[in-house]
Amino acid sequence: MNNVADLVDPILTPLESIDVSDPRIYENDAWRPYFARLREQAPVHYQANSPFGPFWSITRFNDIVAVDTNHEVFSSEPTVILGDLTEDLPITQFISMDPPKHDVQRRAVQSVVAPQNLSDMEGLIRSRVIEILDALPVGETFNWVDRVSINLTTQMLATLFDFPFEQREKLTFWSDIAGATPELTGGDTPPEERLAAMHDCLATFTALWHERKAQGGQAMDLISLLQRDPNTADMVDRPMEYLGNIILLIIGGNDTTRNSASGGVVALNQNPAEYDKLRANPDLIPGMVPEIIRWQTPLMHMRRTAKSDIEFEGKLIKKGDKVVMWYLSGNRDESVIEKADEFIIDRKNPRHHIAFGFGVHRCMGNRLAEMQLRVLWEEIMVRFDSVEMVGEPTRVKSNFVRGYSDLPVRVHPRKGCNSDKN
Amino acid sequence: MPTITIIEFSGDSHSIEAESGVSLMQNALNNSVPGIDADCGGACACGTCHCFIAEQWSGAIGDVNPMEDAMLGMRPDKTEESRLSCQIDVSDEMEGMVVRLPEYQM
Repeated sequence: MNNVADLVDPILTPLESIDVSDPRIYENDAWRPYFARLREQAPVHYQANSPFGPFWSITRFNDIVAVDTNHEVFSSEPTVILGDLTEDLPITQFISMDPPKHDVQRRAVQSVVAPQNLSDMEGLIRSRVIEILDALPVGETFNWVDRVSINLTTQMLATLFDFPFEQREKLTFWSDIAGATPELTGGDTPPEERLAAMHDCLATFTALWHERKAQGGQAMDLISLLQRDPNTADMVDRPMEYLGNIILLIIGGNDTTRNSASGGVVALNQNPAEYDKLRANPDLIPGMVPEIIRWQTPLMHMRRTAKSDIEFEGKLIKKGDKVVMWYLSGNRDESVIEKADEFIIDRKNPRHHIAFGFGVHRCMGNRLAEMQLRVLWEEIMVRFDSVEMVGEPTRVKSNFVRGYSDLPVRVHPRKGCNSDKN
Repeated sequence: MPTITIIEFSGDSHSIEAESGVSLMQNALNNSVPGIDADCGGACACGTCHCFIAEQWSGAIGDVNPMEDAMLGMRPDKTEESRLSCQIDVSDEMEGMVVRLPEYQM
């Protein structure tokens, strides 16, 4: 791990030297004072010399909403992360398109989270959560990320794609590696490794497409939905578009919920009074879930590119400039969220956070994500007095995904626990 | 102060004395009607104040604006009667109006 001492001092360094694209800031969980200073002193901040090129940072809640809802000026094309698209894999995906093209592609798949599907999924999610929790090794230290967070979200993802269940670990692998190179997010994966994995992903999903096509039918999985919509029915013939959208849906359904499933454990352990509150009243879970998502903010930013010159909050943003909305910072903006740095499970108005984004690109799976987290915590509270964090978590090195690779815990069954398996 | 009836997906019905000049969303929140989440707080930016209002009230509630249309377009459960309640300002013409809520806000 990098030494935190290598990072510039968040208070003393000149404003122009603050570079929030540095992935070590997040790997070391050192980001709070940098963004607090930007929100206060330079809410629309220009960093001229980052490894990702020059970029603007938008750090206040309301400014982020203004950018996120103005796709006329702030375009999602060609990409929505700080690092530019790489020449070795020129993917396109609907999150990186503006209306109207975005709308038709998103519409093709969004019925996967239609109300009927959501209702059907709750029972399935609960049975899987129960199975996962009942298999945890009581009395041993284990990695919550692998045993619970990844396990749960990968099963869900396999269901959404109707992906071969026994090979579902590949989905996690592809999701993790898709953005893990230095030039995309500041990760450590060599580009050639990512490229090989992405080609494997494309080949696997191309085979799956043809298999599914041959079956016909009216299935509700994401591949079948793409095939049934006239706007996307031939997407397999445009491999970089097919791959781009597959990656989008894998990451959207995976990194996000996974890291919130781990983040909730971290947050409750760091705030024992809140954990006590939850033990005293598990009915707080539905409100705690959006608070966990806000507190974690599993995707820290989205990028836009200015389509024309615009004066924004007193700064001249030029056509072609990169504009990065730091959701992580907006979710700590005291001018909108009271005691924003605190984790409060019975917060008033907990849904008023920015982790799902706002505007036409707002997270499509938000209610499915919340359902998974709610069911997870409902079943945890039935079984365990405490999921105790017994060591510091290891965080992912990325300026995009705010996640954990290791979270050592021990579980303590409830006294007089009525779970018959433990 | 028109009386407006808001019916949850479950069938539970709430009659509220709505305040004219205030959005339908805010009126629902002020009267603690469940089923309207209003995540963005009324900025037409999230779609979680989705509701259904019959065509007969279209004169009173006005047309869907382009931004509202864009947000509604992302709803898998959108119908001809879909509206975002943050974009409807309550007026006295809405006396007796019935508003239905979807199963999920998202």
